[in-house]
Amino acid sequence: MQPSPIRDFIVGLFVLAGLGALAYLSIQVGGLSYKGPGGLEVIASFDEIGGLAPRAPVAISGVKVGQVARIELDPQLRARVTLDLDSSLALPVDSTASIRTSGLLGDQFIALEPGAEEQLLKSGEEIEFTESALSIERLIGKFVNNAGLDDDEEKKK
Amino acid sequence: MKAPAISTLGLRTLELVGHLGRVALFLSHIGRVAVKKPYRLRRLVNEVFDSGVLSLAIVCLAGATVGAVLGLQGYNTLTRFGAAGSLGAVVGLSLVRELGPVLTALLVTGRAGSAMAAEIASMVTTGQIDGLRMMSIDPVDFVVAPKALAMLFVLPMLSALFIVFGFFGGYIVGVELLGLDGGTYLSSLENSIEFHDDVAQSLVKSVVFAALVGTIATYRGFHAEPTSAGVSAATTGTVVAASLAVLLFDYVITALWSV
Repeated sequence: MQPSPIRDFIVGLFVLAGLGALAYLSIQVGGLSYKGPGGLEVIASFDEIGGLAPRAPVAISGVKVGQVARIELDPQLRARVTLDLDSSLALPVDSTASIRTSGLLGDQFIALEPGAEEQLLKSGEEIEFTESALSIERLIGKFVNNAGLDDDEEKKK
Repeated sequence: MKAPAISTLGLRTLELVGHLGRVALFLSHIGRVAVKKPYRLRRLVNEVFDSGVLSLAIVCLAGATVGAVLGLQGYNTLTRFGAAGSLGAVVGLSLVRELGPVLTALLVTGRAGSAMAAEIASMVTTGQIDGLRMMSIDPVDFVVAPKALAMLFVLPMLSALFIVFGFFGGYIVGVELLGLDGGTYLSSLENSIEFHDDVAQSLVKSVVFAALVGTIATYRGFHAEPTSAGVSAATTGTVVAASLAVLLFDYVITALWSV
């Protein structure tokens, strides 16, 4: 086959389109743009993490600032969650970490509420104030139990 | 009475093992000539044109259609639960993880794999392969390797294009036709897909499928019987074997990925 400049050009266009589609899938859709290790590793312990999973987002006022790196069980049998945050983040030591759900049935994420102290959290330190995941089953259980007790008490009266 | 049956089983097993061994030798031959000079870039570009550019229209059209059907089916099911907002996640995950690589591989098998096998088989039949050997040109280097490598190169890209066109088809149906919010569709799609789990799995699948289709098509063609029936047997055999191999390996990769 003799060289054909038009054919070469079309193949070049095809390769560009293919690479463009791959890049779109990886970066825009796959979320590869967020650089995994942000540098500031902070620990938070919870009594109940619900459905929180590694790589779940960490947000301040709804803006993503990092992700959950690891979830382990500490010696006191509480969930020890390591957060990987943007290293440029200035987070006061008395900040609060709480597990929230995006929407009614959405995924769980960690919401940070900055505190008022001037001292900042450093890598490896622990967030003292945490708020566990709300478990709907537990809430319903409590509600049913309470309602049942009330009924019984009323009957006793 | 029993002995012939057992002998037949033994013969079949030996044939199967011999077959696998020949495929492995053929593959290592392709690998050897691929890394050795001359690289035959001109032939590779031509093969990319034949199996890639000429498959572009069918792959993009199929992608858009599949995405549109997914959008319609997903919408009808999801509205029952009041979850039409996650249509993007349904369309995106099904396309990226499964339908993109698998359907592209099946389409390319039918469109380009069969053509590869038929071309090589008819070269065998008409003595062109022997002619190359007489001029001391290795036919694997000159004919087979560019085709197999082009397949390896082209299929991941076609799969990515299929997926992107599928997103587009889902968008047309979900947003333009059924009135979902475009931002909701796209954000649900982009948030549900992770690079490590989904996009990487999709890429690994399409590369493995490309290797399977390329190997089967070129092997069947190269080892075809030098008759016109041999050409048609090679073509049919390629489509059947490659499609089954793609579906089987799809299951294996999906199962291994979640381990």
